[in-house]
Amino acid sequence: MYAQLRDLYAENRRQGQLVALVLLVFLVVYFMPAGTTRFDNAVLEALGLVHWYAQEHVILCLLPAFVIAGAMAVYIAQGSVMRFLGPQAPKPLALGVASVSGTLLAVCSCTVLPLFGGIYRRGAGLGAAVAFLYSGPAINVMAIVVTAKVLGMELGTARAVGAIVFAVVIGAIMHLLYRKEEAARGDHSVRGFEGGDQDRSLAAVSAFFALMVAILVFANWAAADSAAWMVIYRLKWPITAVLAALLALLLVVRWRWSPVHMAVLAGIVLACALVAPGTPELAFAVGTLGLMLLAAFRPSDREWAEQTWGFTKQIAPLLLAGVLVAGFLLGRPGHEGLVPSAWVSAAVGDNSLTSTVLAAVVGAFMYFSTLTEVPIVQGLIGAGMGKGPALALLLAGPALSLPNMLVIRSILGTGKTVVYCLLVVAMATVTGFVFGNYF
Amino acid sequence: MKLTIYGSGCSKCNLLTQHAEAAAREVGAAYELEKITDMNRIIDAGIMRTPALAVDDRIVVEGKVPSASELKQYLA
Repeated sequence: MYAQLRDLYAENRRQGQLVALVLLVFLVVYFMPAGTTRFDNAVLEALGLVHWYAQEHVILCLLPAFVIAGAMAVYIAQGSVMRFLGPQAPKPLALGVASVSGTLLAVCSCTVLPLFGGIYRRGAGLGAAVAFLYSGPAINVMAIVVTAKVLGMELGTARAVGAIVFAVVIGAIMHLLYRKEEAARGDHSVRGFEGGDQDRSLAAVSAFFALMVAILVFANWAAADSAAWMVIYRLKWPITAVLAALLALLLVVRWRWSPVHMAVLAGIVLACALVAPGTPELAFAVGTLGLMLLAAFRPSDREWAEQTWGFTKQIAPLLLAGVLVAGFLLGRPGHEGLVPSAWVSAAVGDNSLTSTVLAAVVGAFMYFSTLTEVPIVQGLIGAGMGKGPALALLLAGPALSLPNMLVIRSILGTGKTVVYCLLVVAMATVTGFVFGNYF
Repeated sequence: MKLTIYGSGCSKCNLLTQHAEAAAREVGAAYELEKITDMNRIIDAGIMRTPALAVDDRIVVEGKVPSASELKQYLA
């Protein structure tokens, strides 16, 4: 009987797995505690949080962040950064460049590991490679923007600064610990570390990115207590419009985009702004989508639209899932999800050392896909998490997870991986503790 | 002709494989396809960005997915 059953499964493996999946889904739905207040509330909270993200963060924040990340992948010659990370580069310089280069090299999980492995095995060595690996997920343009927008300027800045300082310190410690091994490394091929050929002048590319980042910053300018901030807050849409016009001009003059197409787009955006002056999001969204459409029409700039679409496809569904889970488990700030706020406050509610260590260790092992750490931390803060443990979680979380520890181990070996993980947890704890108690 | 696809198995790598095969069929060349997913071998090949494509061990595409018609120029 058992043998027969096993044969049946061996013949129809795929169907067997499907049956198991159907059974599992059925059991979950069957035993789902629907009807209890806490569960029903949690479902509503999940929807509420998604709704809030869609209204507050998608058009003005996420959309332009994808566009900028896409542009970085296309218009920044990677060689111009990589030549500072090659085998001949001076070690301190390489360490410094590695700790900030994550902002420039658009980093998705597909790209970060080969770059890390290349820097380690063939380039500037262990220190620079570890610094790059650590800071990448925390300081790429999307992570900085979304953290600052959702969690506030204070945590956003602390995260970016913490990640860069951290990267340098961890890289230097790793280099010193293994300096004998590092000294023995011979020079290898410089493939991938040559200076790149930039087809546009540095000034044009810098102006291009400065304008896009400025648009992002001013469009998201939040009201604050200070008088100077309020003046800018009232003028944020005129400022954004002027910056957008300058960007359009730059694209026409230096990128040789058709003035006619650009004028049509500008006209449509203006019309949107006049029709719905109360919702500048409409004009902003139309402008951004129009920009991508124009890029897609031009063979030389099509890759910009493709990269942006690639980031959107890759990150948006995961972020949606992350927000749903965060809302379901933790609820919106001030509301309760499935997990009682009292548990969160009891575990990580203060800025004590135990809370911070707990947050750092949990963050190190837990898997966060790009940007999902933000809604999770937001939910935890709403449920009573202290700001010290929050920063510890943000610093340890995205850089490390159980699956990525295994991949790092295949490149570095067990010893160095363990040292790296311990350093990340220790540094995240110290930084979170200092931030929670002295800032 | 030997086509080598380097990549960890993400969706972009699969897309590059499809495009490379389509291009090879269009130029009518006989080819064998090898997929390399082991990160250490990818690094040792000198590749910094995946997915990448090598034709007869010469790397022609790195870090992007060109269309099949763009790939044909490397296969001639």
